[in-house]
Amino acid sequence: MSGSQVPAGSGVPLLRLEGVTKRFGAGAAVDGVDLALAENEVFCLLGPSGCGKSTLLRMIAGFERPDAGTIRLGGADITADPPHRRPVNMMFQSYALFPHMSVAGNVAYGLSSLGRAARAARVETLLRLVRLEGYGARRPDTLSGGQRQRVALARALAREPRLLLLDEPLTALDRALREETQSELRALQRRLGTSFVVVTHDPEEAMRLADRVGVMAGGRIVQVGATAELYENPASRYVAGLLGDVNLIPGTLGPAEPGPSRAVETAFGALRARAPAPALEPGAAVVVALRPERVELGAHGLAATVTERIFLGDRIARTLRMGDGTTLRASGPATGAAEHPVGAEIRLGFAAEVAAILPA
Amino acid sequence: MSPFLRAVLALGLAFLYAPILVLAVYSFNASNLVTVWGGFSTRWYAALLADGPLLAAAWVSLRVALMAGAISTLLGTLAALALARHGRFRSRRLLTGLVFAPMVMPEVIIGLSLLLLFVGVGLDRGIVTLVIAHATFCTGFVAVVVGARLRGLDRTLEEAAADLGATPRRVFATVTLPLLAPAVLAGFLLAFTLSLDDLVIASFVSGPGATTLPMRLYSQIRLGVNPEINAASTLLVLAVTLAVLAASRLTARR
Repeated sequence: MSGSQVPAGSGVPLLRLEGVTKRFGAGAAVDGVDLALAENEVFCLLGPSGCGKSTLLRMIAGFERPDAGTIRLGGADITADPPHRRPVNMMFQSYALFPHMSVAGNVAYGLSSLGRAARAARVETLLRLVRLEGYGARRPDTLSGGQRQRVALARALAREPRLLLLDEPLTALDRALREETQSELRALQRRLGTSFVVVTHDPEEAMRLADRVGVMAGGRIVQVGATAELYENPASRYVAGLLGDVNLIPGTLGPAEPGPSRAVETAFGALRARAPAPALEPGAAVVVALRPERVELGAHGLAATVTERIFLGDRIARTLRMGDGTTLRASGPATGAAEHPVGAEIRLGFAAEVAAILPA
Repeated sequence: MSPFLRAVLALGLAFLYAPILVLAVYSFNASNLVTVWGGFSTRWYAALLADGPLLAAAWVSLRVALMAGAISTLLGTLAALALARHGRFRSRRLLTGLVFAPMVMPEVIIGLSLLLLFVGVGLDRGIVTLVIAHATFCTGFVAVVVGARLRGLDRTLEEAAADLGATPRRVFATVTLPLLAPAVLAGFLLAFTLSLDDLVIASFVSGPGATTLPMRLYSQIRLGVNPEINAASTLLVLAVTLAVLAASRLTARR
């Protein structure tokens, strides 16, 4: 898979997974995953629950032993190492703070090799890093959710891991706090230069945090890339649908032709979209993936009727009915809100290069 | 709560606790006759303190309960850890059954089989055989109490500790055991209580010179009830109640 290569310019990958497989019972939870991660990179494993992302993370942490494949960290094979011998730390989704220890005791837990004074100083530094000065003596159950999350982060960073694993780091926080924490987490990562592997089911979280995203389905990584690349150039309708709203228009692929675009015959007329991978034969059943914000309403193109118009503040969402009854979603700037009211007969088009042709 | 429910509750509680209450009240009876109230007095408690054989029996019971409690707490905790933490090893169901069977086994049968064993191996009956016998039937109870707590324990806490560089031994000492401690202590108190008031098994496996308090009380009653027994029993009930209350407080916390 070309997307699993380390971005150009980096040396030996910090983390390299080769053919990592984990079976539970009959099925494979993780099925032959290859992945390379650079220093100072934030990589996000994105997928719905049950796609194997958490199992993969637990194998990197050492809580699960792969049935096949190798895990290398900085070139060294750590596949068989128990968790306590890996220079990798994890922030748990539930935070897993020790309830019988103070905040300082939690943060200091991984620092047992340090002397008493050095440990106290390090705890102080870490608590300042996560803006929890003065909270050292508190018990975890007296803290708010956001504070607990920051204690978990400080504890996971205490040993200065080369790689930090974060399991749904923001899921337990409410929405306002989540966005603030996302920015903070990213700023902290840039400052420390630690690589992150983040597991999440939330595409927005992936977009906010990650340099690169690996989309998982059925225990495999189905596509890897920067979020913009995945958004604009999804390899499958699954990836297209996972990252934001998309119109998936079924059709038949037209004959081979030179140039950057191809024709697709649909129930409401012929469309032109970006030429697909050569593996797709002319006449194959395909879908055209078209983002709503790429739909242009104007004087030329396919005829449609506006059936719904919703004002969303920063944009306007419209539902359009095509000649054959197919509905498409379009979204446009809120300026010109009065244009194209419900019932208006309009014409729509889009640039061929913004729509992808994907296997049906 | 409706008046009807209140009445039912009162009746139920009376059914359970009226005999014990009568016992406690009559332990303060000034009369020599057990069934005739002769005014309030603590003379039978004073008599208790002067009753050498009874105090000796109480001392035997206390030592046996402490030792049996300690042994069964250790074994029961280990059994609970093995059953809860070692995944699905072969014969796990069988081992579970074997640990818990003594809880439902008739005490007469436990007593008899242990007696046969002790006679068979030539072990002199006394404090040692009492401790072994009590530890045997208390281990299952400790395993139940500790096992319940262990199943409720968040495993990610232990994973977090290992992730932070703690060896399995350190994880156990600094995370698992401290979080398990209330259940372990509760298990000990339960085992202590069970040992303290056991009569049936003790009658089989004890020997001369190792008469426990329940055995002593029982043999005295056969000669006729005197109010001193009431006083001793009241103290025993008090000790057991305190231990059980402490145990339930420990397991209810958090």
